[in-house]
Amino acid sequence: MAVEVRLPTVLRQHAGGRSAVIAEGSTIGEVLADLVRSYPGMKGQVLTEDGSLHRFVNVYVDDDDVRYLDQLDTKVADGVTVSILPAVAGG
Amino acid sequence: MPANVYAEIVGHCLGGLPDEACGLIGGDPATGDVVRCYPTRNLAASAKLYTVDPREHLRADRDAESRGFEIIGVFHSHTHTDAYPSPTDIAQAPDPGWHYVLVSLRDTHPTLRSYRIHGEVVEEEPVVVEPR
Repeated sequence: MAVEVRLPTVLRQHAGGRSAVIAEGSTIGEVLADLVRSYPGMKGQVLTEDGSLHRFVNVYVDDDDVRYLDQLDTKVADGVTVSILPAVAGG
Repeated sequence: MPANVYAEIVGHCLGGLPDEACGLIGGDPATGDVVRCYPTRNLAASAKLYTVDPREHLRADRDAESRGFEIIGVFHSHTHTDAYPSPTDIAQAPDPGWHYVLVSLRDTHPTLRSYRIHGEVVEEEPVVVEPR
């Protein structure tokens, strides 16, 4: 299914400046893989080389952080919004 | 930066002692004008590290968008060192377009400074506090 993926400013440059795009998939892993296929500039910024979620981003299904759900196996239902935000941390 | 936002940032940092405190800054990405701040929890609960609560970040992002501005940066405190980005801050800076505000609590009077971070290049920028 197709879901809306909201992008942080730092990734918009790879999607023609758009703040949200459509990607396909039934799990977060599939949606993010489809996103990177459509916008290869995001490669390495959302998923790592081995296909896991990059530690510098947080991904949400509606209001929930997928790290507290089933991570990349988190199911996405029709009509949900997937949001990507930078993980903000430092020392 | 409005004087009340300046005071809220410094106040949140002092309130977080002995740990570092953090939060997000909402404003106009084109001009750097700050509209408001979003104090958040420091999930790292540490005097040396900070992690903005991801759920609070999402809420702040949506709130800023609904009010017609954006999250344009982050602030955090250094409890015992200068108001200058640490190597960890530089390595983990997520967005070259963001403003990185540091508040040093080392001395009696807090010091607030702001930086842009492009890769490993750190550039200080002036902070103008608007008169009330």
